[in-house]
Amino acid sequence: MTENSEQDYQFRHKNIFGIEQLSVADISHILATARSFREISGRPIKKVPTLRGKTIVNLFFEPSTRTRLSFEIAAKRMSADTFNIAASTSSATKGETLVDTAKNIEAMSPDVIIVRHSSSGAPQLLAKHINAAVINAGDGAHEHPSQGLLDMMTVMEHKGHLAGLKIAIVGDIAHSRVAISDIIGFTKMGANVSVAGPQTFMPSHISLLGAKVCSSVKEAVSGADVVMALRIQLERQNDSLIPSLREYSQFFGINRKLLELAKEDVIVMHPGPVNRGVELSPDVADGGKSVILDQVANGVAVRMALLYLVLGGNKGGDGQGEIR
Amino acid sequence: MNGIIQLKNGRIIDPTQKRDEIADLWIENGIIVNPPKTPATAIEVHDVKGCWVVPGLIDLHVHLREPGEEYKETIETGCRAAAAGGFTAVACMPNTKPVNDNGAITRFILEKAASCAARVYPVGAISQESNGEKLAAHGEMKAAGAVALTDDGRPVLDSRLMRRAMEYASSHEMLIMSHAEEVSLSRGGCMHEGEISTRLGLRGIPAAAESIMVYREIALAELTGARVHISHVSSEQSLALIRNAKARGVKVTAETAPHYFTLTERAVLGYNTHAKMSPPLRTEKDLQAIRTALRDGTLDAIATDHAPHSILQKEVEFNLAANGIVGLETSLPLGLALVREGVIGADRLIELMSCAPAAILGVAGGTLRVGGTADVTVIDPQKRFTFSTEKTFSLSKNSPFDGWDLQGKAVLTILAGRITYCDI
Repeated sequence: MTENSEQDYQFRHKNIFGIEQLSVADISHILATARSFREISGRPIKKVPTLRGKTIVNLFFEPSTRTRLSFEIAAKRMSADTFNIAASTSSATKGETLVDTAKNIEAMSPDVIIVRHSSSGAPQLLAKHINAAVINAGDGAHEHPSQGLLDMMTVMEHKGHLAGLKIAIVGDIAHSRVAISDIIGFTKMGANVSVAGPQTFMPSHISLLGAKVCSSVKEAVSGADVVMALRIQLERQNDSLIPSLREYSQFFGINRKLLELAKEDVIVMHPGPVNRGVELSPDVADGGKSVILDQVANGVAVRMALLYLVLGGNKGGDGQGEIR
Repeated sequence: MNGIIQLKNGRIIDPTQKRDEIADLWIENGIIVNPPKTPATAIEVHDVKGCWVVPGLIDLHVHLREPGEEYKETIETGCRAAAAGGFTAVACMPNTKPVNDNGAITRFILEKAASCAARVYPVGAISQESNGEKLAAHGEMKAAGAVALTDDGRPVLDSRLMRRAMEYASSHEMLIMSHAEEVSLSRGGCMHEGEISTRLGLRGIPAAAESIMVYREIALAELTGARVHISHVSSEQSLALIRNAKARGVKVTAETAPHYFTLTERAVLGYNTHAKMSPPLRTEKDLQAIRTALRDGTLDAIATDHAPHSILQKEVEFNLAANGIVGLETSLPLGLALVREGVIGADRLIELMSCAPAAILGVAGGTLRVGGTADVTVIDPQKRFTFSTEKTFSLSKNSPFDGWDLQGKAVLTILAGRITYCDI
């Protein structure tokens, strides 16, 4: 099924909490598995029986259209039964805790729970109380592993490799779980990650995760193979993190002129949805260097791979998904 | 209470008398004597060879949760945990429900405590309901038995109110204890701001949130001439400010808690809510600074900040979990580790955990002087045990030290001649 050359390799994670827990071999294996699944989405009949009879629950405590839909399509293309639960993060205030919710869902015997939650660490908490595999679909400002993997897959597709590339990540690093997953993932695979943005958007000690902190967007973008802009939450300007969106776009937005500093064959990425004219000028967002829609397409393949692998597509797991 | 107890062959350590020798300690009718006056008919003899005989430990910072949250801890269970930890007295913080901001609540606490296994010294609130707006009835609480004042759990944000509190409390000769936290910096944060918070995606609290407020308290103590005590110091920067202020003669004292000299922010890894506390666990550098400050006298006391919470508040998302850990039964073993590691001597540990707390609070105890009340703790510094929250006396089980192999513990706790805990 996979293109992995190491015969004795086994995928051993029951839960996917973040890129941090994955080894280089794990990431290579997931990406290879995803590549083999991508072809299914191109068929006239986009369905294989691989996960027939499996029950997959999308447990989303935060609104999300793209990620939820992407996981749902991934599950359905493999013939799993999917259920969507839109829960309120504030259920705790009504007396039901996350652990209560977990136990209730567990009582219905699902095989995989995909969870999106505003609290970092919520997937780990769930996993302690349920037998089903847990996949993190974004927790607080911690990680968004499937997004990190689809980003790696997209870069790999365009560049053929990850090692040695210069990846510039620009924008709100501090509030971005995508940025954390990307920084950890790309550096693990041998790429050089530079980050830039206003200092109010820089978490302390981000360099200890392996990223180079640049003093300007120009510096980050210069010579870059990949430029990734992050979404700015529009309410950040009310939190005194940036004076205004206009000022942000002037000093930290990616436009065509800035891109001239990058490598000729630079690709532009964004986890979406794009605030056009803020993080990316419209001509860049929709221009020839943009691979944003490739990211979306690869998202389905990566999520198919994750579902397949956590459900024992490769036997012998130890049932652990430790982040340490 | 009546009768004679003889503690034989123990190592008597009493910093107030500069005593450290192998000898017997006699207790007669609840008083330390030498030798007993009445010819004894029945003497209760304990051979405590190899053990330390010290003044009863005093914890100047605990939360007993009664009234209001008896499912977490009651005055009775808290005192039993205290006795098991070697404490003969505890000072309880006022953030109960309702807040201890008046004489009636203070009296209620003392009435409940009267028959318990430890002395309880109520600490009253600085402001009404601890909401930082109006001064609480300091004089009335003192008359009812309160020994100090704090809005612990919450800082007094209004600097002018804190100034007034220091001035007004001084006229009642009451100590102000400060929970130093600049909340506009710490708001929303749930652990120390640094590498681990970035890695875990948790909102951080910088050490500056503490030190800014520590400096304000020092400045106000200088302005008013009041005596101020800084609670649960966690950071190197705060210690530098306190050290400097003490050198200038400012009347400031300070405590830290065992978790700050034992654990770092790394204890939070895995979203361990048992390591969530306020102020948060900090870096290795802060931990080393705390150890230095315990040795050089910048820190005056070790307090537990015993903060019981039920599993309901801990088995939740990390950012939603309650702050605090139980500490009465682990404080002494963790302090003894400092002695074993050569950070401080045995006499200094007893000073930090008994003599100094008594002096800071202005209460009796903290000494083994003949003629004084027999509040005595016997410590076996060799005894090894595995700490288990399942076996604690506290109603709550929130401790990051659950399952730790510890060495050294209280084996006999005597409160006014009455044995409140025995594990010999």
